[in-house]
Amino acid sequence: MAKNPNKTPMRNQKPEERIHNFNEVPYGYSEEEALVEAERCLQCKHQPCVKGCPVEVPIPEFIDAVLAGDVEKADRIIKSKNNLPAVCGRVCPQEEQCEEVCVMGIKNEPVAIGRLERYVADYNLERECEPVEDKDMVTTYPEAKGRKVAVVGAGPAGLTAAADLAKYGFDVTIFEALHETGGVLRYGIPEFRLPKNIVDKEVNAIRELGVDIKLNTVVGKTITVDELFADGFEAMFIGTGAGLPRFLNIPGENLNGVYSANEFLTRVNLMKAYKYPEYKTPVIISDKVAVVGAGNVAMDAARTAKRLGAEEVYIVYRRAEEQMPARDEEIEHAKEEGIIFKLLNNPIAIHGKDGRVASMEVQEMELGEKDDSGRRRPVPIEGSKWELELGTVIIAIGQSPNPLLTRNTKNLKTEFWGGITVDDNLQTSREGVYAGGDVVTGAATVIKAMGAGKDAAANIKDYLISEGKKNE
Amino acid sequence: MYEILAKEELAPTIKKITVKAPLIAEKTRPGNFIILRVNEKGERIPLTVADYDKETGQVAIIFQEVGYSTKLLGSLDKGDHIHDLVGPLGHHLEMEGYKKVVLLGGGSGTALLYPKVKGFAESDAEVITITGARTKNLVILEEELRKKSDRLYISTDDGSYGHHGFVTDVLKDILENEEVDLVVAIGPVPMMRAVANMTEPEGIETIVSLNSIMVDGTGMCGACRVTIGGETKFTCVDGPAFDAHQVDFEELMNRLTFYQNEENMAEEMEVD
Ligand SMILES: Cc1cc2nc3c(=O)[nH]c(=O)nc-3n(C[C@H](O)[C@H](O)[C@H](O)COP(=O)(O)OP(=O)(O)OC[C@H]3O[C@@H](n4cnc5c(N)ncnc54)[C@H](O)[C@@H]3O)c2cc1C
Ligand code: FES
Repeated sequence: MAKNPNKTPMRNQKPEERIHNFNEVPYGYSEEEALVEAERCLQCKHQPCVKGCPVEVPIPEFIDAVLAGDVEKADRIIKSKNNLPAVCGRVCPQEEQCEEVCVMGIKNEPVAIGRLERYVADYNLERECEPVEDKDMVTTYPEAKGRKVAVVGAGPAGLTAAADLAKYGFDVTIFEALHETGGVLRYGIPEFRLPKNIVDKEVNAIRELGVDIKLNTVVGKTITVDELFADGFEAMFIGTGAGLPRFLNIPGENLNGVYSANEFLTRVNLMKAYKYPEYKTPVIISDKVAVVGAGNVAMDAARTAKRLGAEEVYIVYRRAEEQMPARDEEIEHAKEEGIIFKLLNNPIAIHGKDGRVASMEVQEMELGEKDDSGRRRPVPIEGSKWELELGTVIIAIGQSPNPLLTRNTKNLKTEFWGGITVDDNLQTSREGVYAGGDVVTGAATVIKAMGAGKDAAANIKDYLISEGKKNE
Repeated sequence: MYEILAKEELAPTIKKITVKAPLIAEKTRPGNFIILRVNEKGERIPLTVADYDKETGQVAIIFQEVGYSTKLLGSLDKGDHIHDLVGPLGHHLEMEGYKKVVLLGGGSGTALLYPKVKGFAESDAEVITITGARTKNLVILEEELRKKSDRLYISTDDGSYGHHGFVTDVLKDILENEEVDLVVAIGPVPMMRAVANMTEPEGIETIVSLNSIMVDGTGMCGACRVTIGGETKFTCVDGPAFDAHQVDFEELMNRLTFYQNEENMAEEMEVD
């Protein structure tokens, strides 16, 4: 049977409607659509997609289960490797991972693996299917019983590490600084892209594995790493993320109306300012908004600003279209929503009036020679400065690792840019302390953070069980 | 959830609430603050830890009801709960190595001053405290401050109690007659700026504690950024105390006004 060369399209909320609400944009596949898409998988023997996935989800197997109509089994297959499938199906850059190497994709469009993953995860979340323990997939170690492991940070890295450690049989406690779980999934990625009830459900599933989550606890401040060890924790995973916002260091950046993307998104997502005044945290947005940067964070900020009522929203980015780091889908959605892209433009100053932002001075750029990263470096075009009148500027040019824990922990080695130094086993300079996710790599992706959490959990298990640290 | 163990009205609109939070009580040192959220829909608001006791695990906060959230907090009673409480945050103050310290508190800043007065009282320094209020019935913590200070001066704007005038008048007198090696000022921005201007020509080390707008309080958002000696710093993790002579007070004052309209709007809504 000839296979459809194209991905089964995803139905989306119409752009003219969705810019007025925070509801999720793509609706997700129906059963029928999922079956049509699952049919497209070639079931390759050598499974390049699995290797393209940072946590090696057995993709052909779960798609086969979908095709056979056993969506619960498909869920179990995914969950054997990925504890947060409903999240990953929505936010992973599949086009650079599994779908990039999909054999179907050589001549046609690749199989829509991400959409199928979302379908499976949502199907089971909606029906509240009991998590069926599949003994072949999860090994529990009797030696792990009653032994305490601490996890710092409830972002994707920490949640994944905690889930796996709990499955191994350890007594796991997560310590989270904020009043909510999820890390970036909660405070960064907006509701219209990742509904928070999905995050809640995924986190609850992890709680049901026996993981205890202590919120409002800043490790390094409320309690220190040394105190945790003294309290009987035998090992620790640090997944504190990269939340420290970078600024441009240009004049006018501290004027009222300039936000870091983190502040803007945290107000809206974590504190639910989009429901102000029902929720008490305000956010002020003017008619014209510029977002500086072109990654996922920038797209999220721009689309959020639009939904809060801004009439004109600009993406101002000093590099070119093909260099934008955001997921393809986000860029596409942003364009559909009328976000205006000012590429090859570099902000050089923000000007104010009465203490508030009035305009941003921008320098036009062109692409010059390749730099170390192999990308053509943007260089200023002489005499081409211009001024963009606006009232809000959102800086989304990246984040550095959160420094609170590292600053307050002795003998924990860090890189010059603030990341925690780890060895091949993800162990830090302190014995029994492992780290992974954005705090080690710098701002990256959800799935890479999860992959690190998973690897670290396995290594912690080996450290505590196999390597003779048995019940000293 | 944190249960309110005691509530006290120190002056009209100035309240003190005590909660049990053993981990925070254990770690707090003078100058640290906490962030709390009254209920599920509440803002995260930063408040200086006014008093703490490692033995009982209790933490006290003193606040002036200035906006929606502090009024809501003030409407809670003993037995009610605060939804979230995190801390201690920020750097504590270094208190060793001074001979004579003057601490000034204006308005509800006096409450924030108290743990520092207490801390310096335990050091070798001679402690001079100056507290100011608009009028007599807004003078708070007089007894407590008197106990911990070698000398206590009180001033009221209207002259209804103590010195008639500003805390800075009293400070000026002291600086003219005595050798002081540290001044700590906490209160409204104009008061802190006046103190900074007075001590700068004399070269007297001066510390102010800033009350920037915050969201997370852990260095994650930059809402609290301030300019110190020409460089951007985050009040929540780099402060809240800074060298007064380096602070850009103008910018601080401007940033504090950003949400004023929203604040008024929220206040008009009922506190349920
Ligand atoms: C707006 C935005 C959009 C994004 N979009 C995408 C996307 O579409 N696809 C994608 O793959 N990736 C995306 N990313 C990146 C992705 O979210 C991150 O790479 C990922 O969340 C990193 O996970 P993590 O667990 O390492 O850290 P985080 O998610 O940052 O979690 C760290 C957690 O640790 C807590 N913490 C920090 N310090 C302490 C401490 N001292 N004590 C206790 N807790 C602490 C933090 O509060 C936080 O909850 C996006 C990021 C942002 C900001
Ligand atoms: S309050 Fe967010 S960084 Fe200070």
